[in-house]
Amino acid sequence: MLDYDEVTFDLEYSIKEGGDDWLLKDLFRSKPKYVTIRHHQDATKMEQPEKTKKELPDGLWAKCDECNQIIYHKDLEKNLKVCPKCGFHFRISAWERIKFLVDTDSFKELFPNVCSSDPLNFPEYKEKIAKSRETTGLKEGVLTGTAKIEGIYLALGVMDFGFIGGSMGSAVGEKLVRLFEYATEHEIPVVTFATAGGARMQEGILSLMQMAATCQALNRLAEKSIIYISILTDPTTGGVFASFASQGDIIIAEPGALIGFAGARVIQQTTRQTLPPGFQRSEFLLERGIIDMIVNRKEIRSTLARLLRFHQRRNRVV
Amino acid sequence: MGNGSNYNLDFEKPLQELEKRIEEIKTFAEEKRIDMSEEITRIEAKAVTLKKEIYNNLTPWQKIQIARHPKRPTLLEYIDLIFDGFIELHGDRLFKDDPALVGGLAYFNEIPVTILGHQKGRDTKENIYRNFGMPHPEGYRKAIRLMKQAEKFKRPVISFVDVAGAYPGKEAEERGQGEAVARSIMEMAKLRVPIIVVITGEGGSGGALAIGVGDRVLMLEYAYYSVISPEGCASILWKNASDASKAAETLRLTARDLLDFGVIEEVIPEPLGGAHRDLEATAKAIKEAIQNSFAKLLKLNTEELLRMRYKKFREVGRYIEE
Repeated sequence: MLDYDEVTFDLEYSIKEGGDDWLLKDLFRSKPKYVTIRHHQDATKMEQPEKTKKELPDGLWAKCDECNQIIYHKDLEKNLKVCPKCGFHFRISAWERIKFLVDTDSFKELFPNVCSSDPLNFPEYKEKIAKSRETTGLKEGVLTGTAKIEGIYLALGVMDFGFIGGSMGSAVGEKLVRLFEYATEHEIPVVTFATAGGARMQEGILSLMQMAATCQALNRLAEKSIIYISILTDPTTGGVFASFASQGDIIIAEPGALIGFAGARVIQQTTRQTLPPGFQRSEFLLERGIIDMIVNRKEIRSTLARLLRFHQRRNRVV
Repeated sequence: MGNGSNYNLDFEKPLQELEKRIEEIKTFAEEKRIDMSEEITRIEAKAVTLKKEIYNNLTPWQKIQIARHPKRPTLLEYIDLIFDGFIELHGDRLFKDDPALVGGLAYFNEIPVTILGHQKGRDTKENIYRNFGMPHPEGYRKAIRLMKQAEKFKRPVISFVDVAGAYPGKEAEERGQGEAVARSIMEMAKLRVPIIVVITGEGGSGGALAIGVGDRVLMLEYAYYSVISPEGCASILWKNASDASKAAETLRLTARDLLDFGVIEEVIPEPLGGAHRDLEATAKAIKEAIQNSFAKLLKLNTEELLRMRYKKFREVGRYIEE
């Protein structure tokens, strides 16, 4: 698990770069602007595994990990789990993500029955899966399906960090590959939300192979000139970043997300290098040219709609 | 004894003791001018039996120690014995040349091919120069450049994997290590020429897979290929890196395991005692295996080749549908 104490959210940098729409200017508005979505489900009924750790006992209040602000839970929910004071993006579950993102009732789940087996008979793996299922209400670490965003039909894959650290094993890989193949067949755009520690250790080499499986499926999508937008959320590291997640035609990151190949601890142990503040955060990646843009959670929906509309078939002129 | 005798493998201790005794007896016989050849022959035969016994019963962790042996042959040593007329090419045309990943042109039995692979050093000085064979993004970008060049000139690619992992460093992250690895996988998956991969030593996770997507993946007997190092796995699982030997069992990372999983197509046998004890014999075995693979691949047209490559990586995972 990552330690949020490590988060150094460089506000100054964001302000400097804040000429465009994507960054943190919302923070400085007295009245935050919300993306309008109609919730088809009562927020309180949603499974929110991450909540338990961060919330104060009564469940009514949450504390921001970044600025320690105490936030009325309903306000946090309304603000798409972004701290109204400092703009810190809380981690959210796959179902919350979908609820915040897509047109009401438009999500249709695909391949819900693809599940992990335990091919290595790995110690405690079955228990881990059972526990993750219980806390997340998911069968596997990624939700796949179709949905609409501002009326635009798309294939959507959303990972859940609560499910064994969002790790990619055979089942997660298989669901993503099927999603990419489905999109290729039906010629619809693909959007994925990544959040993962990496490949799933418990399935050994078979997890590693999912990096190749997902990448090659994206090649087929590309052959048909279908857009793939990858959104990196906190955290996206290891074999997930080093495969499909870093291969979007357009790569978007949420502010302050930890994104990288190797973990900071491994880097420090191997190289004895001191890592600068903000290392491997979204802002760092933007500056290094690794991602296209940073978009606040509240604006991801409208940003995606603009990008998807831009890439619609009727816009093809050649 | 081979040239690996200064690096002691624990499990070889009984063998080394026996070999030491043979030397002692030889010296003694010479000094005292007595004929002890019968005794020597007897112990030598015993040593061979013991060696066979040890090497036929290696644990996964012991195999890893052989795969990591500092005297294990490296790519540049193999190239001279397997190929003709190697011309090394350098650089990714973007940032710099990465000595941890070498590539170039050569003939394999008169077939022009592109070679690429990780390059470890053979001593400390060389290892520092080669960054212990762990590439930065520019290494993988060089590999991509050379693969695309091979595609352009319609020649097969032969890729050699021997890496602890893609380098985990500050600069590597800054220059997009994750993207470089993923891009290389993408390009290999769609490359319109045959690709043969030979895993000769360590197959360290993404850093190995980055140049490990092929139509035929061959693997030396004592090489290993894993999603995580056994030490890393042990420290996560049991909070103790010294449980690595247990983790090595659990991860199913030996050539035999990977053949069973369908991750590789062929195990290349190593000489008794490991590749480092007989470079020529190992190179010969690799060459034969490449030749057999060529015979299979050159029969296929490009579309068949790509379809089969896709299918292979598409179907390797194991999951259930509830």
